Amino acid sequence: MNKIVSKEQLSADIYKLVIEAPLIAEAHKPGQFIILQLGGDFNERIPLTIADADEERGTITLIIQAVGESTKAVVALNVGQSIENLLGPLGQPTKLGKFGKVVCVGGGIGVAPMYPIAKALHELGNEVKMILGARNKDLFVMKEEMASVVDELIIVTDDGSEGRKALVTVPLKELCEEWKPDLVVTIGPPIMMKFCALTTLPYGVHTIASLNTIMIDGTGMCGGCRVSIGDETKFVCVDGPEFDAHKVDWNNMLSRLGTYKPQEEENKHKCRMGLNTEDTEAK
Amino acid sequence: MHVSREELDNQAIEILKKYEGVKLTPKTRGEIPVQEMPTQAPMVRITNMNEVAEGYTENQVKAEALRCLQCKNEPCIQGCPVGINIPKFIAEAAKGEYSAANSVIKESSLLPSICGRVCPQESQCQKFCTVGKIKKDVNQAVAIGRIERFVADYSRENDCDVQPTIKAETGKKVAIIGSGPASVAAAADLRKEGHSVVMFEALHKAGGVLVYGIPEFRLPKKLVQHEINNLIAMGVELNLNYLVGKTRTIEKLMTTDGFDAVFVGAGAGLPKFMNIPGENLIGVFSANEFLTRSNLMKAYDQKDSLTPLWNCERAAIFGGGNVAMDAARTAKRLGAKEVTVIYRRSEEELPARKEEFEHAKEEGINFLLLHQPHEIIGNDKSHVTSVKVVTCELGEPDASGRRSPVEIPGTEQILAFDTVVVSIGNSSNPLIKQTTEGIETNKRGNFIVNEETLETTLPGVYAGGDIVLGAATVILAMGQGRKAAKAINKYLTK
Ligand SMILES: Cc1cc2nc3c(=O)[nH]c(=O)nc-3n(C[C@H](O)[C@H](O)[C@H](O)COP(=O)(O)OP(=O)(O)OC[C@H]3O[C@@H](n4cnc5c(N)ncnc54)[C@H](O)[C@@H]3O)c2cc1C
Ligand SMILES: Cc1cc2nc3c(=O)[nH]c(=O)nc-3n(C[C@H](O)[C@H](O)[C@H](O)COP(=O)(O)OP(=O)(O)OC[C@H]3O[C@@H](n4cnc5c(N)ncnc54)[C@H](O)[C@@H]3O)c2cc1C
Ligand code: SF4
Ligand code: SF4
Ligand code: FES
Repeated sequence: MNKIVSKEQLSADIYKLVIEAPLIAEAHKPGQFIILQLGGDFNERIPLTIADADEERGTITLIIQAVGESTKAVVALNVGQSIENLLGPLGQPTKLGKFGKVVCVGGGIGVAPMYPIAKALHELGNEVKMILGARNKDLFVMKEEMASVVDELIIVTDDGSEGRKALVTVPLKELCEEWKPDLVVTIGPPIMMKFCALTTLPYGVHTIASLNTIMIDGTGMCGGCRVSIGDETKFVCVDGPEFDAHKVDWNNMLSRLGTYKPQEEENKHKCRMGLNTEDTEAK
Repeated sequence: MHVSREELDNQAIEILKKYEGVKLTPKTRGEIPVQEMPTQAPMVRITNMNEVAEGYTENQVKAEALRCLQCKNEPCIQGCPVGINIPKFIAEAAKGEYSAANSVIKESSLLPSICGRVCPQESQCQKFCTVGKIKKDVNQAVAIGRIERFVADYSRENDCDVQPTIKAETGKKVAIIGSGPASVAAAADLRKEGHSVVMFEALHKAGGVLVYGIPEFRLPKKLVQHEINNLIAMGVELNLNYLVGKTRTIEKLMTTDGFDAVFVGAGAGLPKFMNIPGENLIGVFSANEFLTRSNLMKAYDQKDSLTPLWNCERAAIFGGGNVAMDAARTAKRLGAKEVTVIYRRSEEELPARKEEFEHAKEEGINFLLLHQPHEIIGNDKSHVTSVKVVTCELGEPDASGRRSPVEIPGTEQILAFDTVVVSIGNSSNPLIKQTTEGIETNKRGNFIVNEETLETTLPGVYAGGDIVLGAATVILAMGQGRKAAKAINKYLTK
């Protein structure tokens, strides 16, 4: 069960794992995720998006950025080894349909979860443009796969080492003005998603974001993943992970994500954000 | 004053000596004082996670068993939700026949070492005990639960537990959803009938609330694991990391995977919040999250566990039930300097088990009774800094018969806290209902079942425990699991 069938290093700290998980592969829909735990009493439960699934082979694909102890331990596993505990698929699938013109904005590791969504939207006959952002050219993952499922790929980097030297919100704003999309989907570091939401708000473009809150069980039991959406409290693991980005209380979500920062830093973890969106941008 | 286990044992020895060879009359039996449960000293136990109640010594069991009058009309039995033959097992215990006593209990209850620890005895079996009635104090009743615990622990530790016999394979397959006490009971009874039984649990450990909610210091996890191991030894297949409704629907289990019947013991795992301002601030937790981090994820062991814990110095616990006591006492053990339980009614209405309330007080937990939280206040970093409460007085009795709290205008005050644990209970987990067509629930989300058979509105699908009762008790959940198993067996063999 849950045997790793292939492993590939995509960039300095990003890995692609293909794992045998026939039931999850069969039940999976774009937008959903799994929670894994490496066995024993002391390992933590960590949520990861299902980046792809192959129902026939009975496998799922995870794209993992090794940012802290647990993700590092996962990517240290080798082909043939198994992940002791793997639960999924969790969360609500993306609401797919024919919307017309769609902009997908992926930053850092957010490209992985975006892939099945962009692919499905494209297959449903939407015109899909994808904005892909990273700090520098070495940090892109799944660029080719992405290019093959969208109508146009727009690359931006913080340092200009590839594509435009800009933050993702710059081309997003231009598209809102000129192309007038019907839907924007954004997945990436929370701060990036927040500024994407602020960018599209004045244009009234419906925008959805996939939230990566802290989770434990992933079944709706603990409430640790809760966020304020409009006037309501929602549990990201069962009600989400995707929400109307204009209704998300981003400041609350960002601060809740930092709950255990002191403990994580104590473990000498480094910051997971692959993309640096300045606070001044899009204001 | 805390009395050590040795001292309590000596007192029991004295009693046994005094009555040795004496023909006991109800009057002399009534003179024997109730045997106190030995515990770790309060100031010691708040520094560890080990069990607080250490269990009777053998002498104490014998002394306590002498107190039972062996009433002909057996009033205590009607107070036990599963009808354990209490006088009979106590008579065996009095003789020192613990294994026989255990067999008597096992006819009705599958989890005596657990129920002997966590049953709210004072409102169940012990409430009806004649001795307590005579003394006009339920705390003077025969300590049925403590004897039950000893007998069950003894049988487990000495390997003289009843080994279930399994009937010939019937070829029928039953799916059990969840692995809490309702599911454990249903699985065991159905397997004994020769059905093939597969248990599906969402988490990475089996046991339900017994592993993720109730803390180690009240219920050692090895006891729960022992029961799960027994199930596996009986041939029950356990599938962890399997969320029915998501990994597979009930419909698929029945049509594609060939299950002939399903038992749903999914529990009441949805934490309630108060819907007051500030509940999403950093430092506010549901009791489920707080306890799950500590218990299931073993975060109380910060040296080894990778799951982090919030650093809490001054904790406010909202609520007054068992969940609140567990959260408060866990916070204390995790190093909080000050822990305050805020409850809107008075001590009399406090729903927690008496023993837990007493233990909490001994451990230095503060109780702010007759106060209702109105708002949680945070700083510019969204960290909790204080709680606004208002004073209440008791008004007319409400639907539950308890006098309801009435807020007194103008009594607001702001108290400093850095942590809030909302422990006002749980409601039914909605996932199965949302993913299964044909299952109906009441307005609280509890499954609607046939009272006799516990069959849901979907044929072949049965349910029991907290998913039907709302947040209830271990013994009630276990009782429902057994009741449903009986009905499922009938359904499968008709
Ligand atoms: C629905 C969802 C989908 C995700 N998909 C992916 C994915 O496809 N690929 C990927 O690389 N990462 C993904 N993540 C993030 C991933 O879960 C975290 O990076 C991981 O849990 C960090 O664990 P750690 O011990 O390695 O790092 P830590 O040092 O513990 O944490 C590093 C960072 O991760 C955050 N974090 C810590 N614990 C959790 C937790 N239990 N849940 C969420 N975030 C946490 C912290 O706030 C911190 O910013 C996803 C998160 C969610 C909620
Ligand atoms: C903190 C706390 C303290 C308590 N203290 C006491 C006490 O002292 N005495 C007492 O008698 N009672 C106590 N209770 C109540 C008691 O624990 C419950 O009544 C009892 O555990 C209910 O049993 P159950 O079998 O119905 O469900 P649970 O024990 O809740 O188990 C349900 C299980 O089902 C799993 N599950 C849910 N949905 C799915 C799904 N879709 N697929 C697969 N698995 C699923 C869950 O993960 C869980 O493991 C306490 C409860 C809590 C929370
Ligand atoms: S199971 Fe509970 S109610 Fe029944 S006899 Fe034992 S302690 Fe009393
Ligand atoms: S009611 Fe009390 S004294 Fe009477 S048989 Fe039951 S336990 Fe013994
Ligand atoms: S992770 Fe526990 S409720 Fe969502």
